Amino acid sequence: MTAQLKVVRAGLFDTLQDLGRRGFMALGMPTAGAMDRVALSLANALCGNPAGTAGLEIGVMGPDLLVEADSVRIALVGPLSASLVEAPDAAPKPLDSDRTHLLKRGQVLRVGMVEGSSTAYLAVAGGFALPPFMGSLSTYARAGVGGFEGRKLAAGDALPLAREHAPPGDEKKIGAPFDYGSGPVRVVWGPQDDYFSKRGRETFTGSEYRVSKEADRMGIRFEGPVIEHATPVDKGGADIISDGIAPGAIQVPGAGLPIVLLADRQTVGGYPKIATVASVDLPRLGRLLPGQSVRFAAVSVAEAEALRRDQDARLAKAIAGFQAARPPGGIDLVKLYEENLIDGVVF
Amino acid sequence: MGAALYPDCVSVRYLSCGDTAFSVEFGNEITPEINGRVMALHAAIATARLPGVVETVPSMRALLVCYDPLSTSRADLEPEIAALIARGLPVGQASRRVTVPCCYDDPEFAPDLAEVAERTKRKPEDVIAAHLGSAFKVYVLGFMPGLAYIAGLDRGLYLPRRSQPRVRVPRSSVAIAMDMTTIYPFESPGGWHLVGRTPLWMFDQRREQPVFLAPGDALTFQRIDRKTFDRIAREVEAGTFDWNQLVTNR
Repeated sequence: MTAQLKVVRAGLFDTLQDLGRRGFMALGMPTAGAMDRVALSLANALCGNPAGTAGLEIGVMGPDLLVEADSVRIALVGPLSASLVEAPDAAPKPLDSDRTHLLKRGQVLRVGMVEGSSTAYLAVAGGFALPPFMGSLSTYARAGVGGFEGRKLAAGDALPLAREHAPPGDEKKIGAPFDYGSGPVRVVWGPQDDYFSKRGRETFTGSEYRVSKEADRMGIRFEGPVIEHATPVDKGGADIISDGIAPGAIQVPGAGLPIVLLADRQTVGGYPKIATVASVDLPRLGRLLPGQSVRFAAVSVAEAEALRRDQDARLAKAIAGFQAARPPGGIDLVKLYEENLIDGVVF
Repeated sequence: MGAALYPDCVSVRYLSCGDTAFSVEFGNEITPEINGRVMALHAAIATARLPGVVETVPSMRALLVCYDPLSTSRADLEPEIAALIARGLPVGQASRRVTVPCCYDDPEFAPDLAEVAERTKRKPEDVIAAHLGSAFKVYVLGFMPGLAYIAGLDRGLYLPRRSQPRVRVPRSSVAIAMDMTTIYPFESPGGWHLVGRTPLWMFDQRREQPVFLAPGDALTFQRIDRKTFDRIAREVEAGTFDWNQLVTNR
């Protein structure tokens, strides 16, 4: 019998994502991939999965998933409120985020709302049994490729699981919340910072920019002070000969407002890019909601590389520091009971 | 093989694109020679298998080199790229002649035709004639799967992009900006001027080759009326259209 998670109610924008589809940008194929690489990596590590395993990226509001497998271990990572597990013959139980949970056949996982962030992740131990497109399970919805039928999940979808049972092992949780940083978003000047006047560059690093409603997996359009181009826009000051776009590139079209390009960004574009978000801060960008504000501060390429290596080391440390998910000071009696390990044991 | 090499390049620039990429820029114009160097370096890096290089993305006059900062660094990688260029880049060559049917007549297909005519001080009919008369060449695929940047637009139609990009441009829209034309493979945001629409799909994952155009293609547009558009569109949608009739190998 096929092991699967059945979508009984769809969330708002739930897509399967891994760490991105690399190697095909030359054919115009965007990388896609998780908006918050850190959270997906934590979710996979909690489940014992390799880092590149695809998980479910939950946008704003999560789905309800019916377990149609003997058992499945899931991890929820991100600021999710009020996730529940329900079964026909039992009262709903709240499920904490940032840890694993063992679910059984017939239970319904009601993933909560993502609060104060735009994304959270659900990983399953063993991953999903779906065919990769161009080497990746990342959903790129604009082209209808990758993930589950190239689109966000809808009610009635059945996500096939690679495992029929959860692997043996204890439930785990993240020791302390991962520090994403809270100061200005670090950026590296270029590739086209010379397309902006000194005043324009100072406006960019000296102002607060607010996430507009036009924010999605492709990028974030910011609102705030207009950044001056070096050459008037009507004389071509906002046009370059189109070139390749790195993750986090900040393009500034003629209107003078910055657009940060993220996972589903186009591979090539023709607006000048004043700066590029350092990869250490891309997960923060991937979590921003409309209405939230950021500032940008410039660092060198070498500094950005060092920040990224430090973040990766901190991530490895966080993973090494996972704790057993049991009540403080004691064993998890409920879990023992549910696992039927208590039978015959005399206390 | 004794392939010809491009002469030494005087103006290679290395531009920062954060800590996961940098751009190798060969010039600030669109010429077959500059683009040839880009494509040659793209191939040379693939052959050299430099550690830490994730992928490279060719465009008109620059190559984006994407790397993993956890396994290499800009300081290590840039000299290796420079060495590949210094060793000499082989001159490549190109290939197919492609005809793309295009309907210019429906205002829904060509919402910017009147504005382009006004801004280039000519009649809409002359804009169409100039587009049909342009000798186009596919330089680069990018922006999204199957989208080709096609250079060679009649210089009389030069216009910068729209200052505010559209949030939604319909699939298969034919558009112009600067001295290029393009065809949108999907509904997407876009900043170019829409002058027509083709019934073809530039990306169709059902086809063995999902992407129709390739770098190096010589391309001309062929004017079709709305009735022909609708017929071809039906065949493309049904998967019965004979794409080979549009391609001649040279």
